Amino acid sequence: MSSLELTNISKRFGAVSVFQGLSLTIAAGEFVAFLGPSGCGKSTLLRIIAGLERADSGEIRLGDQRIDTLAPGARGVAMVFQHYALYPHMTVRENIAFGLRNGGAPKAEIAERVAEAARVLEIGPLLDKKPGTLSGGERQRVAIGRAIVKQPRLFLFDEPLANLDAALRTRTRLELAQLRRRVRATMIMVTHDQVEAMTLADRVVVMNQGEIQQVGTPMQIYDRPANTFVAGFVGSPRMTLAPVGLVPGDARFATVRLGDGSQVSTRVPRADLPSEGLLLGLRPECVRLGPPRPGEPTAQVEFIERLGDRTLVYVKLGDGTAVTAEDKGASQAQVGQTVGLRLAAAAAHLFGPDGRGHHAAGRAG
Amino acid sequence: MSAGDGYRGRGGLVGYLFAGPYLVAYGALLVYPLLAGMALSLHKADLFGGREFVAFENYRRLVSDTVFRQAVGNTLYFTLLTVPALTVISLALALALNKAGRLAAFFRGVFFSSSVLSVTIVTLIWRFVLTPDGGLIANGLKAAGRAPIPFLSDPHLALPGIALTTVWWCLGLPMMLFLAGLQQIPGELYEAAALDGTSAWRTFWRITLPLIGRTLLVVVLIESVMQFQLFGQSQIMTQGGPNGASRPIVLFIYEVAFRRWDVGYAASASEVLFALILLASALQYAATRERRR
Repeated sequence: MSSLELTNISKRFGAVSVFQGLSLTIAAGEFVAFLGPSGCGKSTLLRIIAGLERADSGEIRLGDQRIDTLAPGARGVAMVFQHYALYPHMTVRENIAFGLRNGGAPKAEIAERVAEAARVLEIGPLLDKKPGTLSGGERQRVAIGRAIVKQPRLFLFDEPLANLDAALRTRTRLELAQLRRRVRATMIMVTHDQVEAMTLADRVVVMNQGEIQQVGTPMQIYDRPANTFVAGFVGSPRMTLAPVGLVPGDARFATVRLGDGSQVSTRVPRADLPSEGLLLGLRPECVRLGPPRPGEPTAQVEFIERLGDRTLVYVKLGDGTAVTAEDKGASQAQVGQTVGLRLAAAAAHLFGPDGRGHHAAGRAG
Repeated sequence: MSAGDGYRGRGGLVGYLFAGPYLVAYGALLVYPLLAGMALSLHKADLFGGREFVAFENYRRLVSDTVFRQAVGNTLYFTLLTVPALTVISLALALALNKAGRLAAFFRGVFFSSSVLSVTIVTLIWRFVLTPDGGLIANGLKAAGRAPIPFLSDPHLALPGIALTTVWWCLGLPMMLFLAGLQQIPGELYEAAALDGTSAWRTFWRITLPLIGRTLLVVVLIESVMQFQLFGQSQIMTQGGPNGASRPIVLFIYEVAFRRWDVGYAASASEVLFALILLASALQYAATRERRR
């Protein structure tokens, strides 16, 4: 197990700058997810760590060794590729043993380590098959086997679940979590799927346009999003971001006025809040439906999504502001109906005109 | 009976109508001449006169014909000189040029360009290169203080000279086939190999070569079939000489059929060539099939 330290990494592709002076530290044994939309640079960063791309400047240290000057095979890093990248002309056994053979390991040791990996991943019966005859899930296990057999100091997973169907994805996610407990190594996973990132990782690095937006535990990211990008990207459906005005006053916590005139008393400290250009952030579970009541916002139901255990209700305030609310599974809401919104104001977030998040005092994280 | 059954009933006929024109052309231009050639090889036939059935007499003559035996030896030797060289050089070129960028695209064009030239042009160019009388190689040797080498008039060097010309001429197609094969290999495999700590040499032997195995087979088969049929280069550069040293089977067939008008005998030589090519192709195919298992 080794810690990973990225210092001042910069990378350009022609005229396009992907990173500029990116730094990040990952503790030994930690499982970190790089989360972000397509093109945010998360895969490029993973490839730079693996040595498949070269950073223009900066330094990468794994443990106490500088690795950015080393060839990919000499870095003590193993990677599971999105499309698995198994050698199609070799059997599963040869695929897993290939890296060890290149390193000149003794035959007996190779056989022992392949057998051990096959046992851990339950792929013993597949060892003499070619990858072309395996299912997606089996190929995934073989790809993981090829990585763990090298006993690397750092595992890299590039979108490990993206190519699996929904049922298999849930199962493989569980297996990855179990694998993580068995294989004590530092792990990095690249994903655009927040559920994967939230469920598997100790810490999540949210990235957008080549910049780290926030680094934190899954609950920190969810409860205290650093900015509007993180707020909108993490959480499904998206957090509602509604423009609001700050109600003047000298109370400790800010009260804001929605476009339709209704007021929301948040638990966000008023101090260092900008006075203009604020956005109110509300997770769907913080907006419940009820009969209209004076002093609370009322809205018209636009669209309903029934998910079985809960119902998502998309409503519009009088001034046209769109809000996503959550109701019980057996919701009685009808499209076109006028409903009252019960806001869990204590859980509301505020975002300044620069996008920076301001959160309720004393909330978790 | 539904409408679908009626349609299916007519379907057979419609199918034959579609395939018909091709089958007629295939039969008339390939199958019939092949069978007619086989029949002709069993006759003593003059190009302009009658024919007489002689059974396997022509084949018996071929076996004892030293000129033909020399031509068979020349053809095999020439194929051995050219096919491995063409395969290795075109693969090396394809590996070197299998990358994005204008320079690689430019050189792909350059190396392919020789293939579009006619045999007349190619042999003309290479006569200038090979001639001991002020040719390119002769000038080079002269500058190095060595005597010029009379490639095309030395019985030991005539076929190698023609082989050199042929390799230069024919590099384009196998190079393109190899490039197509190389581009089928996903880049991720090379990245996986890099992370597996694979040396460049081992990557070539263990990843690239096995994955272009089919292309390799196609290249060797196509080139063998083509080089077994050497004709134009020998005819123009050496007329088969000196002393028959560069006469391939096809030139032998041409001389027998169109200079001596003995078409029955020429037909039997053609059948021997056909059998040789078939045998060589089958052997190569069987060998690679065995290895792939």
